Amino acid sequence: MSSESRPSEPQSSDTSGVVTRQKTTGLHVGEIRPGVAKVDPIIVADGVRRTFGGLTAVNVEHVEIPRNAITALIGPNGAGKTTFFNLLTGFDVPNEGTWSFNGASLAHVPAHKVARMGLVRTFQLTKALGLLTVLENMKLGAADQRGENLFRGLIPALWRKQETEIEARARVLLAKFKLDAKEADFAASLSGGQRKLLEMARALMSVPELVMLDEPMAGVNPALTQSLLDHILDLKDEGMTVLFVEHDMHMVRHIADWVIVMAEGRIVAEGPPETVMDDQAVIDAYLGAHQDVDLGVVTGRVAGELPPEAAELVEEVAALDAAIDTGSADAAEPDRKA
Amino acid sequence: MNFLQILSNTAAQILSPTTIGFALAATGLALHFGFTGLLNMGVAGFMAVGAYGFAISILTFGLPWWVAALIGIAAAIVFALILGLPTLRLRGDYLAIVTIAAAEVIRLMFLTTAFTPVTGSADGLSGFHSGFRSANPLPEFSGNAGFGPWMYSRDQWWVIIIGVVLVALSVLLVWALLRSPWGRVVKGIREDEDAVRALGKNVFAFKLQALVIGGVIIALGGIISAMGTNVNPNVYVTSQTFFIWTALLLGGAATIFGPVLGAILFWVVRAFLSNLMPALVNIGALGFISNEQAQMLVFVLIGVALMLLVIFRPQGILGNKKELTFVK
Repeated sequence: MSSESRPSEPQSSDTSGVVTRQKTTGLHVGEIRPGVAKVDPIIVADGVRRTFGGLTAVNVEHVEIPRNAITALIGPNGAGKTTFFNLLTGFDVPNEGTWSFNGASLAHVPAHKVARMGLVRTFQLTKALGLLTVLENMKLGAADQRGENLFRGLIPALWRKQETEIEARARVLLAKFKLDAKEADFAASLSGGQRKLLEMARALMSVPELVMLDEPMAGVNPALTQSLLDHILDLKDEGMTVLFVEHDMHMVRHIADWVIVMAEGRIVAEGPPETVMDDQAVIDAYLGAHQDVDLGVVTGRVAGELPPEAAELVEEVAALDAAIDTGSADAAEPDRKA
Repeated sequence: MNFLQILSNTAAQILSPTTIGFALAATGLALHFGFTGLLNMGVAGFMAVGAYGFAISILTFGLPWWVAALIGIAAAIVFALILGLPTLRLRGDYLAIVTIAAAEVIRLMFLTTAFTPVTGSADGLSGFHSGFRSANPLPEFSGNAGFGPWMYSRDQWWVIIIGVVLVALSVLLVWALLRSPWGRVVKGIREDEDAVRALGKNVFAFKLQALVIGGVIIALGGIISAMGTNVNPNVYVTSQTFFIWTALLLGGAATIFGPVLGAILFWVVRAFLSNLMPALVNIGALGFISNEQAQMLVFVLIGVALMLLVIFRPQGILGNKKELTFVK
């Protein structure tokens, strides 16, 4: 899965029929290190710090997000990834720091204006608008709607035409995300995974420049994951920039052009996925030493081959098993008495 | 026991200015709560502002009645802005707390003797109808006219006509707004503010617009009530707010015609029971219960009816069952 070829050419639009698509490379300037400058950054954040009481949730010295690439933001739970998302999109305000989008400062810009600048996001805890139909959810996503003005809304002649266009665009996107059959249903009747899809499709209705996805794959079944990955890659082909938080390392390796690792609010590493995932600091802080080992094989429940470096893990498991066996034998004694 | 008389009295209640005022207030509240999700617990305050704005403009400033009505509306807009500007950026429950407190402040200000020359304090205001009545375009007739149980005087008909026209216009306005993209945004805000904000909509502005428009419709309800009778601070108490909430939930909070239907049903049931109970006491059907207790029993029965409604039909009479099948 991680064995894509790495062409030097940034990206070609001719990817039709190709399963493994080319990654964008050559994004950074100079030596790779946390906070490295990018050739063409879309977001630049400097000294952004957010504290909740005594806890420093985010403390980013300098970070740049490359344009027209897929950037993954990974890190352990509580690393400040979602808080960083909130800060970038105006849903939260940092204690200090400057951050800009396309060169325009985002300091003290309210969330809805950030979205209008072309930076839309989704939420980790999905926010489907339950008592609106799927189609209404989609239509709400479209930007610059004339009928959303209170007075113009009263005169249908002023917004009917735009409404039909929006509806057509919504149907195309719904079909792409395999939600077209659900069009007339309330969003509340969708499953968790379908709501994730709806939220993503809704965000795309505004034709954004930068899409920020907070755990887009959580709760989505494997077959759908594959098509969702393709959608995200398509976004890049259409000229959008994607920044996403994800815990599924296979997905990160598969689609990300650049990976930023956060831990305890700081950027601890960044770089192309292959490089970052071999970084010892990243393995220690987040991935763990045995990310590719099938745990079923280690515990002996499933037959399979183990890489040599997993031998240590097998020993650990054996020791644990032994401890559990003696422990449960001891624990069983008093039961018998009772 | 004259059962026909009881039914006639009940039917007459449908067109009373109080019922029409309730229908308007419930329609405004539907825009607030049913469609935008704003927890307005100060409905009585909005009605009071409209009614007093109307009456004081005529009595103290000697303005024509239609200018006075416009001032009542303007007062409601100012009231909505004062409530909304500081609270609509906060979480929804704050609006509920602020509105219920503000409605009480308004009522106590009208009740205090400090402003008696203007507000009439506990006696309220009356005698402001002459200008309004002289503008009546109906042909002259003496006594009552009408059909069936709906026999009213010329003055009463004039109020009823204005009231019904206002109800129709308000319902039309709410319907026109809710079918537009504006209505879609507002409904989205009801479901999840942050999601709508993330899509680039100025949530605060939409909420403020909804609060002002709904507030104006509620104030119209106050003005119609004032036109029909007089203005008294004891009407605009917190229980008035809850009666209007009852009417709204009865008809269906997120429906266009629900509030009007709910207001009519609320008053019809109340009038029916208020007529029926004393009659039953008179013929001795209720045993030891006295006439006064029977009047109180009416409210007990209304309470029981509301409980049954919320348990068995939480979406209201006209509500869509599907809308409440899902837990948010």
